[in-house]
Amino acid sequence: MKEKKILLAHGAGGKLSHDLLKELFLPFLNNEFLSALDDSAIIPAGTFKIAFTTDSYVVKPLFFPGGDIGRLAICGTVNDLAMTGAKPLGLSASFILEEGFPLEALEEVLSSIKEAAKEAGVMVVAGDTKVVEHGAAEGLYITTTGVGIIPEGVDIRSSNARAGDLIIINGPIGDHEIAVLIARGEFSLRGEIKSDSAPLNGLVEAMLEACHDIHVLRDPTRGGLATVLWEIANASGIGVVIEEDKVPIGEEVRVTCDLLGFDPYYLANEGKLVAFIPEKETERVLKRMRAHPLGKETVVIGRVTTENPGRVLLRTKIGGHRLLEPLSGEQFPRIC
Amino acid sequence: MSLSKRIDEEKFAPILLEEISGYANHPLRLMEVCGTHTISIFRSGIRSLLPEAIELISGPGCPVCVTPAGEINRAIALSRLKNVTLVTFGDLMRVPGGSSSLHRERAMGGDIRVIFSPLDAVEIAEKEPNRKVVFFAVGFETTSPAIAVAVKEARRKGLINFYLLSSQRLIPPAIRALLSSGKVNIDGFILPGHVSVIIGRDPYLFIAHEFDLPGVITGFEALDILEGICMLLRQKRQGRADIEIQYKRAVKEEGNKKALKVMQEVFKPVDARWRGLGLIQKSGLILREEFSRIDATYAFNIPYEDKADPPGCLCGEILQGLKRPPDCSLFGKRCTPEDPVGPCMVSSEGSCAAYYKYRVQ
Repeated sequence: MKEKKILLAHGAGGKLSHDLLKELFLPFLNNEFLSALDDSAIIPAGTFKIAFTTDSYVVKPLFFPGGDIGRLAICGTVNDLAMTGAKPLGLSASFILEEGFPLEALEEVLSSIKEAAKEAGVMVVAGDTKVVEHGAAEGLYITTTGVGIIPEGVDIRSSNARAGDLIIINGPIGDHEIAVLIARGEFSLRGEIKSDSAPLNGLVEAMLEACHDIHVLRDPTRGGLATVLWEIANASGIGVVIEEDKVPIGEEVRVTCDLLGFDPYYLANEGKLVAFIPEKETERVLKRMRAHPLGKETVVIGRVTTENPGRVLLRTKIGGHRLLEPLSGEQFPRIC
Repeated sequence: MSLSKRIDEEKFAPILLEEISGYANHPLRLMEVCGTHTISIFRSGIRSLLPEAIELISGPGCPVCVTPAGEINRAIALSRLKNVTLVTFGDLMRVPGGSSSLHRERAMGGDIRVIFSPLDAVEIAEKEPNRKVVFFAVGFETTSPAIAVAVKEARRKGLINFYLLSSQRLIPPAIRALLSSGKVNIDGFILPGHVSVIIGRDPYLFIAHEFDLPGVITGFEALDILEGICMLLRQKRQGRADIEIQYKRAVKEEGNKKALKVMQEVFKPVDARWRGLGLIQKSGLILREEFSRIDATYAFNIPYEDKADPPGCLCGEILQGLKRPPDCSLFGKRCTPEDPVGPCMVSSEGSCAAYYKYRVQ
């Protein structure tokens, strides 16, 4: 490692985060399950396949329009399981609390955990609490871990994209990150925008009912749509072409990006999924998704090509093209 | 407005592109002065649509990139002082000074904060009266009025713990220096839209009158840039050299008089160093005498020590349009956005970062 200390950018989900894993964590901990670096590990257990994942939540502020740290902690981990096609069996939740944290706020967080778990149809079956001195943490951090069972015959992995697949997304990108940044009051902006935070396992279940042969599912969280597509293109050794005029972006997100010089393709989402599906199955899947409350705005945004393996090409509205590279450098820390 | 414009893109882009493609008789080098244009050109894929004869060259219009290492080092030195909180814009955090950068200083425990609006600096000073809050201000004419307002606001509130470290720069003197150097071959200018909202059209007239070159003040949407290029080509075809405004929905010929007035009340022009371009007459802004109490260079008496660019780094040449980022042997190898060697790889508006992020093979 070139750096001697941890920088905030190591937590941004971009290239530095990736380097930290590859250069420091994997040399100590690597094994056949961890090395896939997917959102969940897929572990065989007798005749079943189990999905297993964990995630910590340090979002700042704890409460923001459309959600709070509790809702995120449930949805994020449920979604990591769902992106393998797994049905969540149960979650654990660990709380690190700062001395002096108001119980009223904790109650509010627990209430939204309860509500989000109900939406996802999953239970919190184990937990832990620790308290640290005032100043040793900022309010509240949560870690959730999840276990799920992958239905027989389902094989969804980042390395499974194939030529001819169409690429779909279930709605506009960037809402979560912009909502959190506005709530943080960092750039004196006001807006109506809400985080899209939602558990996607129900939507995935509906998709699998329409088509068992979904090749890839990913939720574009930190690093955004661009980073996720780049990771899939590289894991699968295929090329990706995305049409700029097809990618849904809300007007508020677009204007905020214009004002502040952000690129919406790199903004985090917490209730979106990208799916790679064989072209002939797409109509059926789209129909099912659009009938689901979280899939009403589903659209096809691009396709897989055999040309340019490992690259994501964006065809712009004026007919030009640009490459979408993974997120690099410092984006915003603590957005989830 | 922006929504309807966006819908028009698919309709009008082909018309403008057809006119541009009709111009392919001899090579033409157009400089986009402003970093925001560089980004927009890459994002919309304009280069991939232009005829080969037309080359777009990125100019010195990235405030972070043209700030000399010595001025970054001065900010780093300030941030190490006891009781000092340094506040600045995000892009500056990762620019290497000598052996450090502000974001490494922050990891080592320095109180360095990123702000998005100059008034945030005043707010921090007001909320934390026991800290000396130094606002390290970098930017062109676009941001100077807002910085001036912040300075006046700090005075109105009677804050005695607010200081300004000014590294502001002015665009027209840099264009003059570039043209006077005679080193770079430019056939026309895509002039910055945001800067021109403030300063208007007149400060650029010397480009046409003294150097016989056309310039078009251009907006930042893909269609704006295509139209700006069309307007430059028309001037070339007609053998004219004028300064025209494409970005009429935002830029008035006389600029924004109110903004110019507050800028002049607080700041005065001064000779300033630019990375790559060297010392340029009257190209920087410092506080007027009546505000000198809050000038951090006097208040803290930090010596100025310039630093040469790191060996092999071509930022200086790239900022003048003499070299392209891929011409640099460090580009994409030792110098990447994660671990930048030169400032053009750091700033989101830097040419190297733009070439790196959006390169098309």
